[in-house]
Amino acid sequence: MRAFATLLDRLAFTPGRNGKLTLVRDYLANAPDPDRGWALAALTGVLSFDAAKPAFIRKAVEARADPALFAMSYDHVGDLAETVALIWPTKHGSNREPELSEVVDALRSASRAEVQRLIETWLDALDADGRWALLKLLTGALRVGVSARLAKQALANLGGVAVSEIEEIWHSQFPPYEDLFAWLEKRSDKPSPDAPGRFRPVMLAQAIDEDKDFAAYRAEDYAAEWKWDGIRVQAVNERGKRALYSRTGDDISAAFPDVMDFLSFEGAIDGELLVLREGRAGSFGDLQQRLNRKSADAKLLTKFPAGIRAYDILVDGADDTRSLTFADRRKRLEHFIARANSPRLDLSPLQPFGSWEELRALRADPPEGDPQIAEGLMLKRWDSVYEAGRPKGPWFKWKRDPHLVDAVLMYAQRGHGKRSGFYSDYTFGVWREDANGDRALTPVGKAYFGFTDEELKQIDKFVRDNTIERFGPVRSVRADKDFGLVLEVAFEGLQRSTRHKSGVAMRFPRINRIRWDKPSREADELPTLEAMLEK
Amino acid sequence: MPKPESVLCPSPAGLYCPPGDFYVDPVRPVARAVITHGHSDHARAGHGAVLATPETLAIMQARMGDGFAGATEAVRYGQTIERDGVEITLVPAGHVLGSAQAVIRAKGMTIVVSGDYKRRRDPTCPPFEPVPCDVFVTEATFGLPVYCFPDDGEEIAKLLKSVAQFPERTHLIGAYALGKAQRVIMLLREAGWDKTIYVHGALANMNTLYERFGVALGDLAPATTEKKKDFQGAIVIAPPSATQDRWTRRFADPLIGFASGWMRVRARARQRGVELPLVLSDHCDWGELTGTIGELKPGEVWITHGNEDALLRWCELNGQKARALSLVGYDEDEGEA
Repeated sequence: MRAFATLLDRLAFTPGRNGKLTLVRDYLANAPDPDRGWALAALTGVLSFDAAKPAFIRKAVEARADPALFAMSYDHVGDLAETVALIWPTKHGSNREPELSEVVDALRSASRAEVQRLIETWLDALDADGRWALLKLLTGALRVGVSARLAKQALANLGGVAVSEIEEIWHSQFPPYEDLFAWLEKRSDKPSPDAPGRFRPVMLAQAIDEDKDFAAYRAEDYAAEWKWDGIRVQAVNERGKRALYSRTGDDISAAFPDVMDFLSFEGAIDGELLVLREGRAGSFGDLQQRLNRKSADAKLLTKFPAGIRAYDILVDGADDTRSLTFADRRKRLEHFIARANSPRLDLSPLQPFGSWEELRALRADPPEGDPQIAEGLMLKRWDSVYEAGRPKGPWFKWKRDPHLVDAVLMYAQRGHGKRSGFYSDYTFGVWREDANGDRALTPVGKAYFGFTDEELKQIDKFVRDNTIERFGPVRSVRADKDFGLVLEVAFEGLQRSTRHKSGVAMRFPRINRIRWDKPSREADELPTLEAMLEK
Repeated sequence: MPKPESVLCPSPAGLYCPPGDFYVDPVRPVARAVITHGHSDHARAGHGAVLATPETLAIMQARMGDGFAGATEAVRYGQTIERDGVEITLVPAGHVLGSAQAVIRAKGMTIVVSGDYKRRRDPTCPPFEPVPCDVFVTEATFGLPVYCFPDDGEEIAKLLKSVAQFPERTHLIGAYALGKAQRVIMLLREAGWDKTIYVHGALANMNTLYERFGVALGDLAPATTEKKKDFQGAIVIAPPSATQDRWTRRFADPLIGFASGWMRVRARARQRGVELPLVLSDHCDWGELTGTIGELKPGEVWITHGNEDALLRWCELNGQKARALSLVGYDEDEGEA
């Protein structure tokens, strides 16, 4: 438990992706089986417990600590699990610290009453960091900023293999993953991926370079289709095993029972998960209502019905079609979707075109219907096989131009690592008129990339020279009608949000240009943004 | 027996001893002062006469210059001097080099002003010596049961493990210039780190002084002269404020740590943008505070500043007479904890 606790502790404070990868890889390299397998299961979300409710933990600690002292401590620390971890009295001479695998075994097999008794003995035996890690494990969410994808990347780094190799066999492997570690440590062969209903690593597109690529490639070699604004999914039904996977192989079946019910085929398809109402695609904002949930209730299913717009086929009946050309797969896919005849499954149509110029015009002015809310276009080489990863050449994405808005810098936060000592994360706002007719800035987003190192230095200097207040690592900067720094912000889309004061939330905002020349009072107003809202 | 307040009483300038006409750690200039240790909230310039350990006087002189007081009197640990019928003895407090408890005896009564103190071992100063007393005056900076500090060795091991895991980065550790910086250096030496430790210019003064008093810090170099790349894999010690600012830009991808008792609470570490919190304090944790009171069993406990409510509550639960003095002018938050 100690090594796992140390890992969670370091992860919680490590902001950078590379740092997290090193920490997870080193842990996996050094911890013994089966502990590391259980840790991997917890980090990837394969394993989650709901063994103790906050009320139980609170009751247990109040039996050991004076309620007044507990209240003062909770007030000071601000987080229940952390307060309990810190205040729980050390019991000298208690049992040795439990190993992670012992804890997991007990949680999986013991009765609830028995588990509660065990929890108290574990808390007695662990130190503060161990207690904190245990409480995180018991209450479900680790929340240390590690995605399943990141954990798999760390695993790939451990074995010196591509992450797609891990993804390919992931769904045939189960915790504590001893076969997987044996292969990565070259003690045995690669485990067989042959599990019905497994995930296949997806093929990704390169962003097109308009200046170079159109000269290098011929239009007739490529098919074009619209780039749908949902999430990439893989839907599988093989020998009775159905599953819906995200593009990184996370199983999201439970949240989409409406889609699962209609996977009436034998095979595996690649497509876009969208809100589909009688054949028309909803916005990304609609789909977002369905994302990041463990399940979906009836009301949500009626209001935001999900479906799949298919664009590729990986398995057709018993045939693995990934080695066929895109042209052949497309023919198969068209028959497959027609045969499935499912109301939650349609085909992403191809967009005929004669030349790159013609396609450019289509992209700038998409035809009536769903293409108008597409993110842009996808180009796929007719003769390309389905290849995991992001090869250069067979698939391109050609996004439509981003939205642009002029906003005023309001707050800046210090960065980490290479940006340590620089104010590099910027919150910006636009003008809004309040009830009295006064104009005030309202924050509409936050961005931390899109500028050069030189520009970072300049903005940093501006922040330091014009600081009004400091709150920990954040500074507010002078921003009023007579003075302020205008940032041209690019973003992909705008949605309504009840969580933001301005009522809008941007997708992928980044700093496009710094408008040193533009007076702050001439920055955009909230109604300008509201007009860009996705319908 | 007379009331203890007739020997020592709180006043706006600090704790005052009427029969001896002196203050302990006064926060404003006074005629006569006893100074427990050299941290700036306890040792201030401008007093008429200052009585302290030779180490503390040297620290004050190094930090404030020659004219920091009208007159000084150096008193070694254990040596007793008399002032108008009041006996004063300075006894090790285990906080930083030269730190002392002021033991005041008058009218048949013993009052111990502990200053800042800790009970765990510190390679840079002699350990706290418990003195039986009628009144024990204590601080309560970490006076909450959540402050239970881990073993120093574990924290240093955490740092060294991180250096091994991230050899391409520079580990930049914030530590207060007086006491903490030298203790971190000594703990690193004890853990076997014998490479050059780079230090911020603001620490050089105190490091030299510690060495003069026999604390051998090993190979130190200023963190100023080398090229960015040369700091890869190195440990750099700097005042906490420097780790938060432009100064860090001279290092390649710095990994910022902070050695302080406040790092026990995650939100504090996060608030400061610390990537490697090291729970290392020169103050008592909750167990040391309550353990010391339990060990001394004084007639009364006076709590100068800090989280006094919780410590008062503990005294109440344990039948210990106690009162909070709520003295102002001593750092509770971002001070040299």
